[in-house]
Amino acid sequence: MKRFFIRRVGYALLSLVVLSATIFVFVRLTGDPAVLLVEPGASKADIDAIRTDLGLDRPLPVQYLLFVKGLLHADFGRSFYYRTPVLELYLERLPNSFFLALVAMAFSLIIGIPSGILAAVRVNGWWDGAGKVFALLGLSMPSFWVGLLLILFFSVYLGWLPSSGSGTPLHVLMPAFALGWYFAAAHMRLTRSSMLEVLGSEYIKLARLKGLPEALVICKHAFKNALIPVLTLAGINLVLMVNVAVVVETVFAWPGVGRLLYEGIAFRDFPVVQTTVILSGVMIVAVNLAVDLMYAVIDPRIRYER
Amino acid sequence: MKESREEGRRPALLEVQGLSTHYVTARGTRVTRAVDDVSFTLRDGETLGIVGESGSGKSTLALSLLRLLPRAARTVAGSVRFEGEDLLAKSETEMRHIRGKRIAMILQDPMASLNPLFTVGDQIAEPVRVHDGVSRRGAWDRARALLAAVRISAPNTRVRNYPHELSGGMRQRIVGAIAISCGPRLLIADEPTTSLDVTIQAQYLALLRELQRAQRLALIFITHNLGIVARMCDSVAVMYAGRIVEAGPVREIFNAPKHPYTRALIESIPRLADSNGRLTAIDGQPPDPAALPGGCAFHPRCPVRLDKCATERPRDSTVGAGHRTACWLVG
Amino acid sequence: MSVSRAATLTVAWRLASFRRENVPWFPIIILLTLTVLALFADFIAPHDPQVGLLGERFRPPAWQQGGSTAHLLGTDHVGRDVLSRLIFGARVSMVVGFTAVIFAGVIGTVLGIMAGYLGGWVDQVIMRITDAWLAVPALTYAIFLAAIVGPSEGNIVIILGLVYWTRYARVVRGEVLSLKERDYVRLAIVAGCSKWTIMRRHILPNVVNSAIVLATLMLGVVIVTEAALSFLGVGVPPPKPAWGLMLADGKKGLMAGYWWLTVLPGVCIMLMVLSANLLGDWLRVKLDPQLRQL
Repeated sequence: MKRFFIRRVGYALLSLVVLSATIFVFVRLTGDPAVLLVEPGASKADIDAIRTDLGLDRPLPVQYLLFVKGLLHADFGRSFYYRTPVLELYLERLPNSFFLALVAMAFSLIIGIPSGILAAVRVNGWWDGAGKVFALLGLSMPSFWVGLLLILFFSVYLGWLPSSGSGTPLHVLMPAFALGWYFAAAHMRLTRSSMLEVLGSEYIKLARLKGLPEALVICKHAFKNALIPVLTLAGINLVLMVNVAVVVETVFAWPGVGRLLYEGIAFRDFPVVQTTVILSGVMIVAVNLAVDLMYAVIDPRIRYER
Repeated sequence: MKESREEGRRPALLEVQGLSTHYVTARGTRVTRAVDDVSFTLRDGETLGIVGESGSGKSTLALSLLRLLPRAARTVAGSVRFEGEDLLAKSETEMRHIRGKRIAMILQDPMASLNPLFTVGDQIAEPVRVHDGVSRRGAWDRARALLAAVRISAPNTRVRNYPHELSGGMRQRIVGAIAISCGPRLLIADEPTTSLDVTIQAQYLALLRELQRAQRLALIFITHNLGIVARMCDSVAVMYAGRIVEAGPVREIFNAPKHPYTRALIESIPRLADSNGRLTAIDGQPPDPAALPGGCAFHPRCPVRLDKCATERPRDSTVGAGHRTACWLVG
Repeated sequence: MSVSRAATLTVAWRLASFRRENVPWFPIIILLTLTVLALFADFIAPHDPQVGLLGERFRPPAWQQGGSTAHLLGTDHVGRDVLSRLIFGARVSMVVGFTAVIFAGVIGTVLGIMAGYLGGWVDQVIMRITDAWLAVPALTYAIFLAAIVGPSEGNIVIILGLVYWTRYARVVRGEVLSLKERDYVRLAIVAGCSKWTIMRRHILPNVVNSAIVLATLMLGVVIVTEAALSFLGVGVPPPKPAWGLMLADGKKGLMAGYWWLTVLPGVCIMLMVLSANLLGDWLRVKLDPQLRQL
């Protein structure tokens, strides 16, 4: 068991190392990283100063070590535009993104799970067909377009909801819906297939043999079992949502880390961009690791797998 | 269905006549006759064994009785009279009241039959609450009593266990407890001992007999194991390719089997006393249910077949007291 | 029976059996239409997509009040014809989409085969990189790379290729691992074939099916990512008419109610992605059983 833990953590760390190396390499690939890492319009002296600061005249491996050292000390550089350490900016905005993701996740589960269950229970019926269409649409419509359409409809035509910013509960409705739309379709699909699998199992057969009403069979016996994989996916998707909300946050001017990334590229604020990428990777690696370890604790069979 | 006069005394609990269940594929191209014109009678408190190889239609027969067939299957002919009422004519709601309450069923794999997320007590108490309207407390009391009835030690603590915390033998007993929880008249057991250790099988069978006597249960025992049939059953029906090829009292069938398939089955049971030293097996493979041979389904593997057997399906004929078979050699 | 009659009957039979086969006509027609538009945009589009008449700004589509038949789908904020931009946008989407998908596919398949077949440290290295790169969401990664190299159509293709090859590698590697155990591979080894020959002649043809299915499904994903990048300003640079860019421009007119600038490009994106998804799903079902038979 311990071996599994150690190996799994080792893989995660290795992934982080590879990730940091990749970022490091890509930044240096462009020729002169100093240009990137310095404010637009800086003087030659500034550029030279940065060069020595980052050790750009030293051999590559040394540079990499310096880079990693900086990361480990939580030094991600300063934003040109805001003139504050990027990490601060990031952490300031992160709760907003999490909040948005939570609401979006709620949307996606409220829409996705019941429709998935209905589709499975009435397999190949009308509801299943409608569900398939919904799933296809959800997976085919870009989230930011959904957001724009929502604005068009609810802000411009109906005037009910504010089109940008944050502050009141009304502000979060549209961006959360836009963000959650795609995931609702994904969750619906998974709920449906998980439910179908459970409905074909022996204990459901026995529940029916016991003469239990169909509603009880589905809501009590099938539901709980079917939900397990869905909730697992939802957990992973939550973190994913935080990180892919770039465009939705931009469309709605929602002050999260996605918008921060946009500002980074709009204002040519490279430290912001670099930091966001690194932290995204770290977050997702950490969550995947946590989920894997948690599963190993719950299900003993996993520990002995390769 | 022809009955002999002596058996007319005890009331018939279950009368199946000409039951046929077919599986149809989505495009209607392949029709599989899983159960083909099956008839038999079961009396109060009697034990009927249904024997056959895998694919002979035994399980489909059981599910047809309870009308819990998968989507692709349909009962296309026949009648199933239980306590005088035709089950095939009943609505789904009426059937639901019958399932678990008047007819109960045990499945083969106890681990798969029990929901892993709920306690054992919950799963036993459930049908009691649904069918008999008993309160939660009353139902749990009954669950404890049932655990004792199936000889599970320390029922008060066991009642709160989850299925994965118990051994295979215990789980199968619990499935048994669930089955008898509402006092059914008929219990269908589909290969209940197949997934149990040999050492536990005997105990379990003894338990079933005891429960049967205590509750005046009729039992349909589906199995491929003739040894169990010999020990447990009063009468036996041998199934092949969805049809009953021979049926009658256990003693008769074992002492004087008339159908070549039955004979082959009995001969293939290894006996210690056999000086021959060789094991006899039946030539060939069971037929593909979707492409049955014409005439008698067994004829390709039959060592004593006639020309007639390939073209005409044999009719039932009586060969002894309550003993019938479907074979051209006899009828 | 005359030759022409026999030929007609054969064609009719082929078409009829196609219908029985449940061919997904809708996505195929859409994708073919887009291909035609992309190839012949110069001849089909009524106006130059990059030239706008300032006097014609924000004209609504022809069926609305204020619209004209000269601009069937209206004009944008600098007076450019929307229909023409959509048609030329199809070219951009198709080119970027297909090229990126093929690029990612080739890299991913090759590396996947190597990782799966050669095993050992090659496998470890490729898998570690794959895991690490998959950890960062595609869009974020693409933005990062675009920020470094700057936006251009060519760069976008390369970036998308770099971001998405990992999906292929994972899938292909998994398949190769099971293919390795097949008898014909073992026979080839016994016969003394070199590793590269085996990979090329035995393994590759068998994973091509999966790669194609994945490529079709990825087409949709790539298009959406490209649109997102263009929308944010780091994708296809203006004044080239990419659908994502049109959405960004459309946002400017959104609050004023100029709906066609937002709805129409999005519908195009949606149709293309939908078609890719439908086609990919159908292909997956069609090609999969064959795979298992091998």
